[in-house]
Amino acid sequence: MTHYLTFDHVSKLYRGGNKAVDDISFTVDQGEFICLIGTSGSGKTTTMRMINRMITPTQGSITLAGEDLANVDPVKLRRRIGYVIQNIGLMPHMTIQDNITIVPKLLKWSPEKRHTKALELLKLVEMPATFLDRYPSQLSGGQQQRIGVIRALAAGQDIILMDEPFGALDPITREALQDLVKQLQSELGKTIIFVTHDMDEALKLASRIAIMDNGQIIQMGTPNEILRNPANQFVEDLIGHERLIEAKPNVETVGQIMLKSPVAITPGKSLVDAIRLMRQRRVDTLLVVDENRHLKGLVDIENIDHHYKDATSVSDIMTTQVSYVNEKDLVRDTIERILKRGWKYVPVVNDDHQLVGIVTRTALVDVVYDAVWGDTDEPDTQSEQ
Amino acid sequence: MLTFLNQHGSDLLIKTWEQLYISTIALILGIIVAVPLGIILTRFSKTAKIVIAIASMLQTVPSLALLALMIPLFGIGKIPAVIALFIYSLLPILRNTYIGMHDVDPILKDSAKGMGMTAFQSIMQVEIPMATPVIMAGIRLSAVYVIAWATLASYIGAGGLGDLIFNGLNLFKPDLIIGGTIPVTLLALIVDFGLGRLEQQMTPAAIK
Repeated sequence: MTHYLTFDHVSKLYRGGNKAVDDISFTVDQGEFICLIGTSGSGKTTTMRMINRMITPTQGSITLAGEDLANVDPVKLRRRIGYVIQNIGLMPHMTIQDNITIVPKLLKWSPEKRHTKALELLKLVEMPATFLDRYPSQLSGGQQQRIGVIRALAAGQDIILMDEPFGALDPITREALQDLVKQLQSELGKTIIFVTHDMDEALKLASRIAIMDNGQIIQMGTPNEILRNPANQFVEDLIGHERLIEAKPNVETVGQIMLKSPVAITPGKSLVDAIRLMRQRRVDTLLVVDENRHLKGLVDIENIDHHYKDATSVSDIMTTQVSYVNEKDLVRDTIERILKRGWKYVPVVNDDHQLVGIVTRTALVDVVYDAVWGDTDEPDTQSEQ
Repeated sequence: MLTFLNQHGSDLLIKTWEQLYISTIALILGIIVAVPLGIILTRFSKTAKIVIAIASMLQTVPSLALLALMIPLFGIGKIPAVIALFIYSLLPILRNTYIGMHDVDPILKDSAKGMGMTAFQSIMQVEIPMATPVIMAGIRLSAVYVIAWATLASYIGAGGLGDLIFNGLNLFKPDLIIGGTIPVTLLALIVDFGLGRLEQQMTPAAIK
């Protein structure tokens, strides 16, 4: 499958060997909201500006909608790509209508069509038509950036580049504009590449976040993936300790979903005892623990069957190579282990290596169920009847 | 005063017309050369410094000397005078055009380019409108200089109000000197005022 936007081993070198962007590769599908985040000098803006060829890559290739950008006329390309910058960049000498319809005018739309489009877009951001004849200086910062946003939509651009568009706005206005952009993006199905250094903004807006440092992409994933599984210390620092803690309540630990009374036996017991216990509890494996409930190993019915004649106690035949998880581990890790390795269950220990429970496949079903339906108690079955 | 006007009235009108005529042609030539040159120079910042330095150097040549230098090259009359005045008009227009264009907010240039304007469209639709006040200030300054210096053009036979003043000096007639000087001053003031109005007209409403 071809992606809408592909970066293939792209680098940008400046004179003196300074690498602004260092061999990055990633793909974006249509309708995605990608946030590029990083400290200043991380190459995030350079990466974005290579998409509309404001900057030409030194190495590698970028394809957009199947076309190699190196073969596209940059002027025509830019008219197909929405462009919103931090300082808004409205033309002070043009009316709001003229500002909104700069690209349509470049594309030689008729004046009537431009007027209709400007009106339509103003309505989209709930601004009155009287604004059309005003000048940018007569508008507040928030209003100006609303115009900046709809200007990027005026020629029906499918992809919009935004370079810290709300950095200079006060928090309330910024939040309103973030909501607006998110809403427009999902309604109109635009692909957005959004550069920011504000992690809250990225977490709020992005469908996927690319974390950049020193011209490289350190980690790329959904906000949840990044919050739950930061790739390294740098990402953790960028996310911030507080957000990591905040993210935790949503993340279940193994201890929360485990079954608390696992069937266990001590190593000194005879095989006869083991079989009896299995039959009694209707299980095919037993965990082996010592007097202090430290996990020692595991016996299953196959082992007992094989060695019934030559062994007497559980300790003789138990498997000591037992995988386990800590009760503080995240469920997500456990899910992977159980599902990928095909285990029926996994024992859970506490920090002292004492057996405290087990996580079964059945318990994971509940977790996945919750993840799918979230807080709603039951899927609405009645409406289907 | 009345007798002076009776005696020199028609002469005064003709000489004022000549003065205006020489100055206007020099100024228009200056605008035609210096404005596009200034715009082009913003694309070549290293060359720009050299060109502006040369223009500044020409400006330091004493006006009378420059006019005298025209004689071996172009003879006497209106043509050498216009050429000399044209050279003088260059610097203020060139420098202001360059500065005006150069100082247009880089964000606007980036925005224009990013939306898909060609370099020419960006210049015509964004940079020139934004730089208009500064460019016009240079043109007004040049206009006043050129009108004042056109007086000296009489020295190389170009006519103009300088004829009255030089006559006054030669014949020890203060009334001729004053009669020639006042129209020069008035002319400069009127042209400056007119160009000021034009600047108001040309400057986009929102950036005044």
